[in-house]
Amino acid sequence: MAQTLNYLKESASQTAGPYVHIGLAPGAAGFKTFDQELGQVIAADGVPGERIRIEGLVLDGLGAPVKDVLLEVWQADANGIYPHPEDPRSSEVASGFRGWGRIITDFDTGLWSFETIRPGATPGRAGKVQAPHISFWLVSRGINIGLHTRMYFPQDSTQHAADPVLNSVEHAVRRQTMIATQTGPTTYRFNIRLQGDGETVFIDV
Amino acid sequence: MKPAEFFMRDRTLHPPAFDPGYKTSVARSPRLPLLTIQQTASEITGPTFGHGDFGALDNDLTMNFNHGGMPVGERMVLHGRVLDENGRPVPKTLVEIWQANASGRYRHKKDVYLGALDPNFGGCGRTLTDENGYYVFRTIKPGPYPWLNYVNSWRPRHIHVSVFGSSFSQRLITQLYFEGDPLIPLCPIVKTIPDPEAVQRLIAVMDLNASVPMDCLAYRFDIVLRGRRSTLFENRLEGN
Ligand SMILES: [Fe+3]
Repeated sequence: MAQTLNYLKESASQTAGPYVHIGLAPGAAGFKTFDQELGQVIAADGVPGERIRIEGLVLDGLGAPVKDVLLEVWQADANGIYPHPEDPRSSEVASGFRGWGRIITDFDTGLWSFETIRPGATPGRAGKVQAPHISFWLVSRGINIGLHTRMYFPQDSTQHAADPVLNSVEHAVRRQTMIATQTGPTTYRFNIRLQGDGETVFIDV
Repeated sequence: MKPAEFFMRDRTLHPPAFDPGYKTSVARSPRLPLLTIQQTASEITGPTFGHGDFGALDNDLTMNFNHGGMPVGERMVLHGRVLDENGRPVPKTLVEIWQANASGRYRHKKDVYLGALDPNFGGCGRTLTDENGYYVFRTIKPGPYPWLNYVNSWRPRHIHVSVFGSSFSQRLITQLYFEGDPLIPLCPIVKTIPDPEAVQRLIAVMDLNASVPMDCLAYRFDIVLRGRRSTLFENRLEGN
Protein backbone atom coordinates (compact mmCIF):
# COMPACT_ATOMS: atom_id res chain seq x y z
CA MET A 1 0.00 0.00 0.00
CA ALA A 2 1.19 3.44 -0.85
CA GLN A 3 1.26 6.21 1.72
CA THR A 4 -1.91 8.15 2.23
CA LEU A 5 -2.41 11.85 1.75
CA ASN A 6 -3.88 13.32 4.87
CA TYR A 7 -6.00 15.97 3.29
CA LEU A 8 -9.41 16.62 4.74
CA LYS A 9 -12.40 16.79 2.44
CA GLU A 10 -14.51 19.90 2.05
CA SER A 11 -17.87 19.77 3.87
CA ALA A 12 -20.69 19.12 1.42
CA SER A 13 -22.95 22.01 0.51
CA GLN A 14 -26.64 21.90 1.34
CA THR A 15 -29.36 24.24 0.14
CA ALA A 16 -29.85 27.42 2.16
CA GLY A 17 -33.57 26.59 2.14
CA PRO A 18 -36.53 28.97 2.21
CA TYR A 19 -35.66 30.51 5.58
CA VAL A 20 -32.11 31.67 4.87
CA HIS A 21 -33.16 35.18 5.94
CA ILE A 22 -33.58 34.08 9.55
CA GLY A 23 -29.88 33.52 9.83
CA LEU A 24 -28.41 36.00 7.41
CA ALA A 25 -30.94 38.84 7.39
CA PRO A 26 -33.39 38.39 10.30
CA GLY A 27 -34.92 41.81 9.65
CA ALA A 28 -36.26 40.48 6.34
CA ALA A 29 -37.61 37.40 8.13
CA GLY A 30 -39.64 39.76 10.30
CA PHE A 31 -37.79 40.09 13.59
CA LYS A 32 -34.84 41.80 15.23
CA THR A 33 -32.08 39.99 17.05
CA PHE A 34 -28.85 41.71 16.18
CA ASP A 35 -27.96 45.35 16.78
CA GLN A 36 -26.54 45.55 13.29
CA GLU A 37 -27.20 43.30 10.33
CA LEU A 38 -24.19 42.54 8.20
CA GLY A 39 -23.65 43.53 4.59
CA GLN A 40 -25.93 46.58 4.53
CA VAL A 41 -23.29 49.14 3.52
CA ILE A 42 -20.81 48.27 0.79
CA ALA A 43 -19.24 51.71 0.52
CA ALA A 44 -19.87 54.22 3.34
CA ASP A 45 -20.69 57.85 2.59
CA GLY A 46 -17.57 59.69 1.54
CA VAL A 47 -15.87 56.74 -0.14
CA PRO A 48 -14.51 58.10 -3.44
CA GLY A 49 -16.11 56.81 -6.63
CA GLU A 50 -19.21 57.07 -8.73
CA ARG A 51 -22.33 56.20 -6.70
CA ILE A 52 -24.47 53.68 -8.57
CA ARG A 53 -27.56 51.58 -8.01
CA ILE A 54 -28.04 48.08 -9.40
CA GLU A 55 -31.30 46.19 -9.50
CA GLY A 56 -32.53 42.99 -11.02
CA LEU A 57 -34.36 39.72 -10.81
CA VAL A 58 -33.23 36.14 -10.48
CA LEU A 59 -35.37 34.07 -12.85
CA ASP A 60 -35.96 30.32 -12.77
CA GLY A 61 -36.17 27.92 -15.69
CA LEU A 62 -39.76 28.95 -16.39
CA GLY A 63 -38.95 32.65 -16.33
CA ALA A 64 -40.56 33.23 -12.92
CA PRO A 65 -38.77 35.45 -10.39
CA VAL A 66 -37.08 33.59 -7.54
CA LYS A 67 -38.54 35.49 -4.62
CA ASP A 68 -36.65 33.80 -1.80
CA VAL A 69 -33.12 34.14 -3.21
CA LEU A 70 -30.35 35.76 -1.18
CA LEU A 71 -27.42 37.38 -2.97
CA GLU A 72 -24.00 38.45 -1.83
CA VAL A 73 -21.67 40.71 -3.78
CA TRP A 74 -17.94 41.34 -3.53
CA GLN A 75 -16.08 44.07 -5.34
CA ALA A 76 -12.98 46.27 -5.42
CA ASP A 77 -12.98 50.02 -4.73
CA ALA A 78 -12.75 52.69 -7.43
CA ASN A 79 -9.01 52.08 -7.71
CA GLY A 80 -9.44 48.34 -8.13
CA ILE A 81 -8.27 47.49 -4.61
CA TYR A 82 -9.91 44.78 -2.50
CA PRO A 83 -10.18 45.42 1.25
CA HIS A 84 -8.42 42.18 2.09
CA PRO A 85 -4.87 41.51 3.34
CA GLU A 86 -4.00 39.45 0.28
CA ASP A 87 -4.54 42.33 -2.07
CA PRO A 88 -0.99 43.73 -2.30
CA ARG A 89 -2.39 47.27 -2.30
CA SER A 90 -4.91 46.74 0.52
CA SER A 91 -3.22 49.36 2.72
CA GLU A 92 -4.36 51.95 0.17
CA VAL A 93 -8.01 50.87 0.03
CA ALA A 94 -10.54 53.68 0.46
CA SER A 95 -11.45 54.25 4.11
CA GLY A 96 -15.04 53.14 4.83
CA PHE A 97 -15.05 50.74 1.90
CA ARG A 98 -16.27 47.26 2.88
CA GLY A 99 -16.64 45.78 -0.59
CA TRP A 100 -19.20 43.22 0.49
CA GLY A 101 -22.96 43.36 0.51
CA ARG A 102 -25.85 41.05 1.27
CA ILE A 103 -29.00 41.61 -0.75
CA ILE A 104 -32.57 40.52 -0.08
CA THR A 105 -35.37 40.48 -2.62
CA ASP A 106 -38.81 41.93 -2.23
CA PHE A 107 -40.75 38.79 -1.23
CA ASP A 108 -43.75 39.82 -3.37
CA THR A 109 -41.97 40.68 -6.61
CA GLY A 110 -38.51 39.13 -6.37
CA LEU A 111 -36.93 42.47 -7.24
CA TRP A 112 -33.64 43.25 -5.51
CA SER A 113 -31.44 46.32 -5.56
CA PHE A 114 -28.40 47.75 -3.87
CA GLU A 115 -26.26 50.86 -3.87
CA THR A 116 -22.51 50.95 -4.13
CA ILE A 117 -19.69 52.67 -6.01
CA ARG A 118 -18.50 51.62 -9.41
CA PRO A 119 -15.41 49.42 -8.98
CA GLY A 120 -12.18 50.03 -10.85
CA ALA A 121 -10.34 47.55 -13.05
CA THR A 122 -8.50 44.87 -11.06
CA PRO A 123 -5.31 42.92 -11.71
CA GLY A 124 -5.71 39.58 -13.43
CA ARG A 125 -3.12 36.87 -13.84
CA ALA A 126 0.21 37.31 -15.57
CA GLY A 127 -0.06 41.08 -15.77
CA LYS A 128 -3.44 41.10 -17.49
CA VAL A 129 -6.18 43.52 -16.45
CA GLN A 130 -9.73 42.55 -15.55
CA ALA A 131 -12.50 44.91 -16.61
CA PRO A 132 -14.48 46.45 -13.71
CA HIS A 133 -16.83 43.84 -12.30
CA ILE A 134 -18.78 42.81 -9.23
CA SER A 135 -18.68 39.17 -8.09
CA PHE A 136 -22.09 37.68 -7.23
CA TRP A 137 -22.95 34.61 -5.17
CA LEU A 138 -26.52 33.42 -4.75
CA VAL A 139 -28.33 30.84 -2.69
CA SER A 140 -31.95 29.85 -2.17
CA ARG A 141 -34.31 26.98 -1.71
CA GLY A 142 -33.71 24.62 -4.64
CA ILE A 143 -30.12 25.77 -5.18
CA ASN A 144 -27.97 22.93 -3.88
CA ILE A 145 -24.65 24.74 -3.96
CA GLY A 146 -24.14 28.52 -4.10
CA LEU A 147 -23.80 29.91 -7.61
CA HIS A 148 -21.02 32.33 -8.54
CA THR A 149 -21.13 34.77 -11.43
CA ARG A 150 -19.84 38.24 -12.29
CA MET A 151 -21.52 41.44 -13.40
CA TYR A 152 -19.67 43.71 -15.83
CA PHE A 153 -20.65 47.25 -16.92
CA PRO A 154 -21.95 47.92 -20.44
CA GLN A 155 -19.86 51.05 -21.06
CA ASP A 156 -16.55 49.14 -20.72
CA SER A 157 -16.75 47.27 -24.02
CA THR A 158 -13.14 48.04 -24.94
CA GLN A 159 -11.94 46.49 -21.68
CA HIS A 160 -14.30 43.54 -22.13
CA ALA A 161 -12.51 42.65 -25.32
CA ALA A 162 -9.36 42.07 -23.24
CA ASP A 163 -10.96 40.59 -20.12
CA PRO A 164 -9.62 37.09 -19.49
CA VAL A 165 -12.77 35.74 -17.83
CA LEU A 166 -15.23 37.09 -20.41
CA ASN A 167 -12.99 35.80 -23.16
CA SER A 168 -12.89 32.33 -21.70
CA VAL A 169 -16.63 31.97 -22.37
CA GLU A 170 -16.59 29.83 -25.50
CA HIS A 171 -19.90 31.00 -26.95
CA ALA A 172 -19.52 34.74 -27.39
CA VAL A 173 -23.28 35.29 -27.19
CA ARG A 174 -23.26 34.01 -23.60
CA ARG A 175 -20.82 36.75 -22.51
CA GLN A 176 -23.77 39.14 -22.61
CA THR A 177 -25.32 37.32 -19.65
CA MET A 178 -22.58 38.79 -17.45
CA ILE A 179 -23.02 42.37 -18.69
CA ALA A 180 -25.60 44.64 -17.05
CA THR A 181 -27.87 47.06 -18.91
CA GLN A 182 -27.69 50.77 -18.15
CA THR A 183 -31.11 52.17 -17.23
CA GLY A 184 -30.15 55.72 -16.23
CA PRO A 185 -27.08 57.89 -15.64
CA THR A 186 -26.10 55.88 -12.53
CA THR A 187 -28.48 52.93 -12.56
CA TYR A 188 -28.09 49.43 -13.94
CA ARG A 189 -30.23 46.36 -14.43
CA PHE A 190 -28.79 42.87 -14.05
CA ASN A 191 -31.10 39.88 -14.42
CA ILE A 192 -29.74 36.44 -13.59
CA ARG A 193 -31.30 33.44 -15.38
CA LEU A 194 -30.80 30.16 -13.60
CA GLN A 195 -31.81 27.97 -16.53
CA GLY A 196 -33.14 27.93 -20.07
CA ASP A 197 -32.91 30.63 -22.73
CA GLY A 198 -30.19 33.10 -21.83
CA GLU A 199 -28.92 31.01 -18.92
CA THR A 200 -26.37 33.11 -17.03
CA VAL A 201 -22.76 31.99 -17.11
CA PHE A 202 -21.99 30.60 -13.66
CA ILE A 203 -18.37 30.23 -12.67
CA ASP A 204 -16.50 27.38 -11.00
CA VAL A 205 -14.35 29.69 -8.92
CA MET B 1 0.44 37.36 3.11
CA LYS B 2 1.27 36.00 -0.31
CA PRO B 3 -1.63 35.51 -2.68
CA ALA B 4 -2.23 31.82 -3.30
CA GLU B 5 -4.89 29.82 -5.07
CA PHE B 6 -7.34 27.38 -3.56
CA PHE B 7 -7.53 23.71 -4.45
CA MET B 8 -9.99 22.84 -7.16
CA ARG B 9 -13.39 22.19 -5.61
CA ASP B 10 -14.15 18.45 -5.67
CA ARG B 11 -17.68 18.59 -7.01
CA THR B 12 -18.21 14.84 -6.52
CA LEU B 13 -18.59 15.61 -2.80
CA HIS B 14 -21.33 18.17 -3.40
CA PRO B 15 -24.91 17.84 -4.57
CA PRO B 16 -25.37 18.38 -8.29
CA ALA B 17 -27.48 21.44 -9.18
CA PHE B 18 -30.20 19.21 -10.65
CA ASP B 19 -31.68 16.47 -8.48
CA PRO B 20 -35.26 15.47 -9.34
CA GLY B 21 -35.68 13.93 -5.86
CA TYR B 22 -35.53 17.48 -4.50
CA LYS B 23 -38.26 18.97 -6.62
CA THR B 24 -37.50 22.66 -6.17
CA SER B 25 -34.06 22.11 -7.72
CA VAL B 26 -35.56 21.10 -11.05
CA ALA B 27 -36.44 24.63 -12.24
CA ARG B 28 -33.64 26.30 -10.30
CA SER B 29 -30.66 24.32 -11.60
CA PRO B 30 -28.34 25.62 -14.31
CA ARG B 31 -28.04 23.07 -17.11
CA LEU B 32 -24.98 24.39 -18.90
CA PRO B 33 -21.49 23.60 -17.61
CA LEU B 34 -19.91 25.99 -15.13
CA LEU B 35 -17.25 28.26 -16.58
CA THR B 36 -13.79 27.09 -15.52
CA ILE B 37 -11.44 29.93 -14.63
CA GLN B 38 -8.08 30.27 -12.96
CA GLN B 39 -8.43 32.25 -9.78
CA THR B 40 -7.65 35.95 -9.65
CA ALA B 41 -7.65 38.55 -6.91
CA SER B 42 -11.46 38.60 -7.18
CA GLU B 43 -11.67 34.97 -6.01
CA ILE B 44 -8.84 34.70 -3.48
CA THR B 45 -9.98 37.71 -1.48
CA GLY B 46 -13.21 38.08 0.45
CA PRO B 47 -14.92 40.08 3.17
CA THR B 48 -13.41 40.32 6.63
CA PHE B 49 -15.24 40.82 9.90
CA GLY B 50 -14.24 42.18 13.27
CA HIS B 51 -15.54 42.03 16.80
CA GLY B 52 -17.15 45.45 16.25
CA ASP B 53 -19.67 43.70 13.99
CA PHE B 54 -21.10 41.64 16.86
CA GLY B 55 -23.09 41.94 20.04
CA ALA B 56 -22.27 40.04 23.23
CA LEU B 57 -25.16 37.56 22.93
CA ASP B 58 -24.98 36.95 19.19
CA ASN B 59 -23.78 33.35 19.67
CA ASP B 60 -26.26 32.47 22.44
CA LEU B 61 -29.60 31.56 20.88
CA THR B 62 -31.05 30.79 24.30
CA MET B 63 -30.59 34.44 25.28
CA ASN B 64 -30.50 36.58 22.14
CA PHE B 65 -34.28 36.65 21.69
CA ASN B 66 -35.16 36.77 25.37
CA HIS B 67 -38.67 38.09 25.91
CA GLY B 68 -38.87 37.31 29.60
CA GLY B 69 -37.92 33.64 29.83
CA MET B 70 -35.96 30.71 28.50
CA PRO B 71 -36.86 28.99 25.25
CA VAL B 72 -38.45 25.55 25.48
CA GLY B 73 -36.50 22.47 24.45
CA GLU B 74 -33.24 20.60 24.93
CA ARG B 75 -30.51 23.09 25.74
CA MET B 76 -27.28 22.39 23.91
CA VAL B 77 -23.79 23.65 23.20
CA LEU B 78 -22.77 23.49 19.57
CA HIS B 79 -19.05 23.72 19.08
CA GLY B 80 -16.26 22.73 16.74
CA ARG B 81 -13.57 24.02 14.46
CA VAL B 82 -13.44 25.48 10.99
CA LEU B 83 -10.52 23.86 9.17
CA ASP B 84 -9.32 23.83 5.60
CA GLU B 85 -8.50 20.77 3.52
CA ASN B 86 -4.88 21.01 4.68
CA GLY B 87 -6.14 20.57 8.25
CA ARG B 88 -5.20 24.13 9.15
CA PRO B 89 -7.57 26.16 11.32
CA VAL B 90 -9.42 29.03 9.68
CA PRO B 91 -9.17 31.86 12.22
CA LYS B 92 -11.42 34.92 12.58
CA THR B 93 -13.97 33.67 10.11
CA LEU B 94 -17.68 34.39 10.34
CA VAL B 95 -19.97 31.46 11.21
CA GLU B 96 -23.71 32.08 11.10
CA ILE B 97 -26.43 29.58 12.03
CA TRP B 98 -30.20 29.46 11.81
CA GLN B 99 -32.72 26.84 12.79
CA ALA B 100 -36.25 25.90 13.76
CA ASN B 101 -37.24 25.89 17.43
CA ALA B 102 -37.90 22.74 19.49
CA SER B 103 -41.32 22.37 17.81
CA GLY B 104 -39.84 22.45 14.33
CA ARG B 105 -41.19 25.94 13.65
CA TYR B 106 -39.18 28.77 12.12
CA ARG B 107 -39.62 32.39 13.10
CA HIS B 108 -40.22 33.51 9.52
CA LYS B 109 -43.21 35.22 8.02
CA LYS B 110 -43.38 32.52 5.36
CA ASP B 111 -43.43 29.54 7.78
CA VAL B 112 -47.00 28.46 8.55
CA TYR B 113 -46.31 25.05 10.15
CA LEU B 114 -48.63 24.40 13.09
CA GLY B 115 -45.75 23.76 15.50
CA ALA B 116 -45.81 26.54 18.10
CA LEU B 117 -43.67 29.63 17.88
CA ASP B 118 -41.56 30.11 21.00
CA PRO B 119 -41.74 33.68 22.34
CA ASN B 120 -38.16 33.39 23.60
CA PHE B 121 -36.51 31.88 20.56
CA GLY B 122 -35.48 33.76 17.42
CA GLY B 123 -33.41 31.03 15.83
CA CYS B 124 -30.30 32.78 14.57
CA GLY B 125 -26.78 33.25 15.85
CA ARG B 126 -23.37 34.28 14.63
CA THR B 127 -19.81 34.32 15.84
CA LEU B 128 -16.19 34.60 14.73
CA THR B 129 -13.82 31.66 15.06
CA ASP B 130 -10.87 32.26 17.37
CA GLU B 131 -7.21 32.07 16.33
CA ASN B 132 -7.43 28.25 16.37
CA GLY B 133 -10.52 28.14 14.17
CA TYR B 134 -12.73 27.27 17.15
CA TYR B 135 -16.33 28.40 17.48
CA VAL B 136 -19.09 27.87 20.04
CA PHE B 137 -22.84 28.53 20.20
CA ARG B 138 -25.46 27.83 22.81
CA THR B 139 -28.88 26.93 21.51
CA ILE B 140 -31.87 24.59 21.65
CA LYS B 141 -31.99 21.30 19.77
CA PRO B 142 -34.29 21.93 16.79
CA GLY B 143 -37.30 19.75 16.10
CA PRO B 144 -37.99 17.91 12.83
CA TYR B 145 -40.59 19.47 10.55
CA PRO B 146 -42.70 18.48 7.53
CA TRP B 147 -42.36 20.02 4.09
CA LEU B 148 -44.10 19.49 0.81
CA ASN B 149 -41.68 17.66 -1.42
CA TYR B 150 -43.46 14.36 -1.37
CA VAL B 151 -46.69 14.43 0.57
CA ASN B 152 -45.05 13.06 3.71
CA SER B 153 -41.50 14.43 3.59
CA TRP B 154 -39.90 15.43 6.90
CA ARG B 155 -36.67 17.24 7.50
CA PRO B 156 -34.42 15.60 10.09
CA ARG B 157 -33.44 17.84 13.00
CA HIS B 158 -30.88 20.20 11.48
CA ILE B 159 -29.11 23.51 11.89
CA HIS B 160 -28.20 25.61 8.84
CA VAL B 161 -24.58 26.76 8.86
CA SER B 162 -23.01 29.53 6.77
CA VAL B 163 -19.24 30.05 6.67
CA PHE B 164 -17.05 32.56 4.84
CA GLY B 165 -13.44 31.39 5.12
CA SER B 166 -10.83 33.89 4.01
CA SER B 167 -11.95 34.20 0.39
CA PHE B 168 -15.08 34.50 -1.69
CA SER B 169 -14.24 31.17 -3.32
CA GLN B 170 -14.48 29.37 0.05
CA ARG B 171 -18.02 30.60 0.71
CA LEU B 172 -20.16 27.69 1.89
CA ILE B 173 -23.61 27.02 3.26
CA THR B 174 -24.42 23.60 4.65
CA GLN B 175 -26.60 21.91 7.27
CA LEU B 176 -25.64 19.86 10.28
CA TYR B 177 -27.61 16.82 11.39
CA PHE B 178 -27.69 14.89 14.66
CA GLU B 179 -26.26 11.44 15.31
CA GLY B 180 -28.90 8.71 15.36
CA ASP B 181 -31.73 10.65 13.71
CA PRO B 182 -33.86 8.10 11.76
CA LEU B 183 -34.98 10.81 9.31
CA ILE B 184 -31.49 11.43 7.91
CA PRO B 185 -31.46 8.59 5.33
CA LEU B 186 -35.03 9.42 4.24
CA CYS B 187 -34.52 13.11 3.56
CA PRO B 188 -34.60 14.23 -0.10
CA ILE B 189 -32.28 17.16 0.68
CA VAL B 190 -29.73 14.94 2.43
CA LYS B 191 -30.00 12.57 -0.53
CA THR B 192 -28.88 15.29 -2.95
CA ILE B 193 -25.36 14.55 -1.63
CA PRO B 194 -24.02 11.77 -3.84
CA ASP B 195 -21.26 10.55 -1.52
CA PRO B 196 -22.44 8.65 1.60
CA GLU B 197 -19.25 9.54 3.46
CA ALA B 198 -19.86 13.20 2.74
CA VAL B 199 -23.24 12.81 4.44
CA GLN B 200 -21.59 11.26 7.51
CA ARG B 201 -19.32 14.29 7.76
CA LEU B 202 -22.40 16.52 8.20
CA ILE B 203 -23.60 14.61 11.27
CA ALA B 204 -22.72 16.21 14.61
CA VAL B 205 -21.79 13.92 17.49
CA MET B 206 -22.81 14.14 21.09
CA ASP B 207 -19.80 15.33 23.11
CA LEU B 208 -20.31 14.57 26.78
CA ASN B 209 -16.97 16.08 27.78
CA ALA B 210 -18.01 19.45 26.40
CA SER B 211 -21.43 19.38 28.02
CA VAL B 212 -22.10 21.56 31.05
CA PRO B 213 -23.22 19.49 34.07
CA MET B 214 -26.75 20.31 35.22
CA ASP B 215 -27.11 22.75 32.31
CA CYS B 216 -26.83 21.38 28.78
CA LEU B 217 -25.50 18.66 26.52
CA ALA B 218 -22.97 19.41 23.79
CA TYR B 219 -22.63 18.45 20.15
CA ARG B 220 -19.44 18.71 18.15
CA PHE B 221 -19.40 19.75 14.49
CA ASP B 222 -16.25 20.48 12.49
CA ILE B 223 -16.51 22.29 9.17
CA VAL B 224 -13.96 21.90 6.37
CA LEU B 225 -13.44 24.59 3.74
CA ARG B 226 -11.37 24.43 0.59
CA GLY B 227 -7.63 24.31 1.18
CA ARG B 228 -5.10 26.46 -0.55
CA ARG B 229 -1.92 25.73 -2.36
CA SER B 230 1.32 26.33 -0.54
CA THR B 231 3.47 26.21 -3.66
CA LEU B 232 3.81 29.31 -5.75
CA PHE B 233 2.21 29.09 -9.11
CA GLU B 234 3.97 29.76 -12.42
CA ASN B 235 1.33 32.05 -13.72
CA ARG B 236 1.56 34.58 -10.93
CA LEU B 237 -0.95 37.12 -9.93
CA GLU B 238 0.27 40.60 -10.58
CA GLY B 239 1.91 42.03 -7.51
CA ASN B 240 3.06 38.66 -6.22
FE1 LIG C 1 -34.37 24.09 7.64
